[in-house]
Amino acid sequence: MQYNWDWGVIFREPYQEWIISGIGWTISVSIAAWILAFSLGSIIGILRTTNNRISRRIATVYVEIFRNIPLIVQMFLWYFVFPELLPNDAGMWVKREMPMPEFTTAAVCLGLYTASRVAEQVRSGIQSIGQGQNNAGLATGLTTVQVYRYILLPVGYRIMIPPLTSEFLTIFKNSSVALTIGVLEITAQARQIEEYTFQGFEAFTTATVLYILVTSIVMILMRVVEGRVSIPGMISLGAK
Amino acid sequence: MFDQFDTNVILENLHFLIAGMQLTLLLTVAAICGGLVLGTLLALARLSGFWILSLISSTYVNFFRSMPLILVIFWFYFLVPLILGQPVGGYYSVLIAFVLFEAAYYCEIIRAGIQSVRKGQVYAGQAVGLNYFQNMRYIVLPQAFRNMVPVLLTQAIILFQDTSLVYVVGVKDFLVSADLVANRENRILEMFTTVACVYLIMCLSGSILIRKLQRRYAL
Repeated sequence: MQYNWDWGVIFREPYQEWIISGIGWTISVSIAAWILAFSLGSIIGILRTTNNRISRRIATVYVEIFRNIPLIVQMFLWYFVFPELLPNDAGMWVKREMPMPEFTTAAVCLGLYTASRVAEQVRSGIQSIGQGQNNAGLATGLTTVQVYRYILLPVGYRIMIPPLTSEFLTIFKNSSVALTIGVLEITAQARQIEEYTFQGFEAFTTATVLYILVTSIVMILMRVVEGRVSIPGMISLGAK
Repeated sequence: MFDQFDTNVILENLHFLIAGMQLTLLLTVAAICGGLVLGTLLALARLSGFWILSLISSTYVNFFRSMPLILVIFWFYFLVPLILGQPVGGYYSVLIAFVLFEAAYYCEIIRAGIQSVRKGQVYAGQAVGLNYFQNMRYIVLPQAFRNMVPVLLTQAIILFQDTSLVYVVGVKDFLVSADLVANRENRILEMFTTVACVYLIMCLSGSILIRKLQRRYAL
């Protein structure tokens, strides 16, 4: 195996700058997408647990569609196909005039995709609380909205912290798919450095280390949060 | 818009798309087989009770699970030719990447499956005089696999979707074939819509089938 090691390459200009901007884009896409995924996913997940047949059906269809098309294909659909389906002016706006078109499209696409996964976690979190608490709430005279607001959601979200953490880590890793529509996040930058300098080892190692670093930080942080808010007597559920 | 939707372009290039789908399926099946074998070994190492083996296994799993698949694909696209000293083509690089990457996920599924077999079964096996391998082969693994089948199949569907990521190194799978046609004929709308529908139908029917199997064969 012939290879010329040169670890200095990742600290040289402009490559160091590429790496920093790459990790910046990765984190921005992940956080923007997570905000969308979390809010929309919560709504859809809650809809799936309600008694209304129509809203349950709509939520199920959403989850099945977004879960069963590969993320990269969804990326292409939003980036290439979606503007074509809009009226001319709106399509033009999405393609050209929208601020940071690649970033926005990637974040929206990743958010909508992950919303379907978050919805499943929210649904199973709420359902794991059991019918008893729901009935108890209704028996004390709370309305359905109040039962969700005061009983199911506060308990549910505390149980859901570990699976939601792993969903966030998934979004963080999946943000690399944004490179297919031209967002220069960390994986794309590593690839670009490899192509410019042929120092693939150094470039890919840097990206790998950064991914592991962020993953570890998030996991440690969330373990602290989890410990703070865990529900006494539900250790087994919380540890899952 | 849809009034210009041209279905002819799909029919004319059908053989090309089918060839792409064959490669996608081939890659999926090969990655499942390789991933299952390696994943089982990793899971056994993890549960073996030798701390060094289980440390290696858990490091491997955590390492691959904290990396995005695209980065793994790039790694092996770069590494495999370098190690072998000759170009091998994208297909083999991505196959190796998929096997090693999926093994980490299969390991976790299999480990959970093995741990779901009650301890009493293992003791009973030991009591009738089976050694470790016989115990695994005849008592634990058959029950464990039965518990795991739904999760393994779901993972297979996820893997089937993930193979589309070979796009980043241009291996001619279903998506790349469709992309080539789309650019050559300037029919992006038709081709990507078709791709999405095909994936949706295949994955959806797969997951409905799994749910039915699960209801029928649950232990």
